[in-house]
Amino acid sequence: MKVRLRNPKRELEVQGPVRVHALLDRLEMHRDTVLVIVGDTLVPGDALLEDDDEVEIRPVISGGAA
Amino acid sequence: MKCTVCKGPAVIDVRRANANFCAEHFLRLCRDQVARAIKDFDMLSPSDRVLVAVSGGKDSLAVWDILLQLGYQVDGLYLGLGIGEYSESSGTFARAFAAERGLHLVEVDLPTDHGFDIPTGAKAAKRVPCSACGLSKRHLFDEAARTGGYDVVVTGHNLDDEAAVLFGNVLHWQADYLGRQLPVLPARHGFPKKVKPLVRLGEREMAAYCVLRGIDYIVEECPMAAGNKHLGYKEALNAIEAQSPGSKHDFYFGFLARASHRFTADSEAEQRALVACERCGAPTPGDVCAFCKLVARATSVPVELGRRS
Repeated sequence: MKVRLRNPKRELEVQGPVRVHALLDRLEMHRDTVLVIVGDTLVPGDALLEDDDEVEIRPVISGGAA
Repeated sequence: MKCTVCKGPAVIDVRRANANFCAEHFLRLCRDQVARAIKDFDMLSPSDRVLVAVSGGKDSLAVWDILLQLGYQVDGLYLGLGIGEYSESSGTFARAFAAERGLHLVEVDLPTDHGFDIPTGAKAAKRVPCSACGLSKRHLFDEAARTGGYDVVVTGHNLDDEAAVLFGNVLHWQADYLGRQLPVLPARHGFPKKVKPLVRLGEREMAAYCVLRGIDYIVEECPMAAGNKHLGYKEALNAIEAQSPGSKHDFYFGFLARASHRFTADSEAEQRALVACERCGAPTPGDVCAFCKLVARATSVPVELGRRS
């Protein structure tokens, strides 16, 4: 599957099937700091990602304090 | 994973609440939490003219959307900060949100209206960019509210933002800042009322809200913010939260309930000393406000060293 990452933008090829939690662990990302989106759909941590899915891992932390 | 409310398929977990939600019940949770914050802290009344400061990011567009759903009269304010492609892109998201919903968006452009951009201003004033940006935004929010006749300025600060700012203020014992770190700052001394209706929601929840509501927002981080202290504080708090969900909520709301009043005197002493800026009329502790000083430094023409003939 194609996994799109942000900040900086990049794309990875990951073999499925794999659960969201396992993918995040493999990428050393904490689940509270990202959303996982398949197509236009938000998916939970136990969702199974298939080989033909297009996955976006979207960071949610922003830095403006003012 | 099942929705805690209806037992249907869940789309998101909220670990600090030990709960999972389907789209419908998550969106309802967000609206309910904002409504509760507004009620608990007496933020808004139905007749208020409200101005929400929008950056094109998830928090400000989500709070605008939620306030409209709750029936408030809300216009948007977008500040062009002149941060290259980032500002161009963020402005596009803010304008598209307003245009698609027929909403009124007030726009102020720092380079056009005040003659400098944030990178230039920060360099000229020898401030870190986030400091020059925050100073400019606070001044321009106040000015836009005064000139537009708005009763309240809303900002999209969420629980993560407030917990991180509190962490920094405690770390350095910034007593006057701690006295002002409240979800509501009443109108006084020429400042409009300012409120933060998202204090009961985290930033992951706001990002999820936007995805579920189909709100397009700028995901890219401001290039000026990379490596700033605020992000470091968030990282530290997230490490604690990962071990102990609910810590950020307890830290922030515990402060409000048990400690913030202890710093009120520090904040009020500073507020009492304010006078009108001799250039723009904004409240300031000195003759000239910090924003006018920043404008002067950022727009001053460097003195050219001539050759002796």
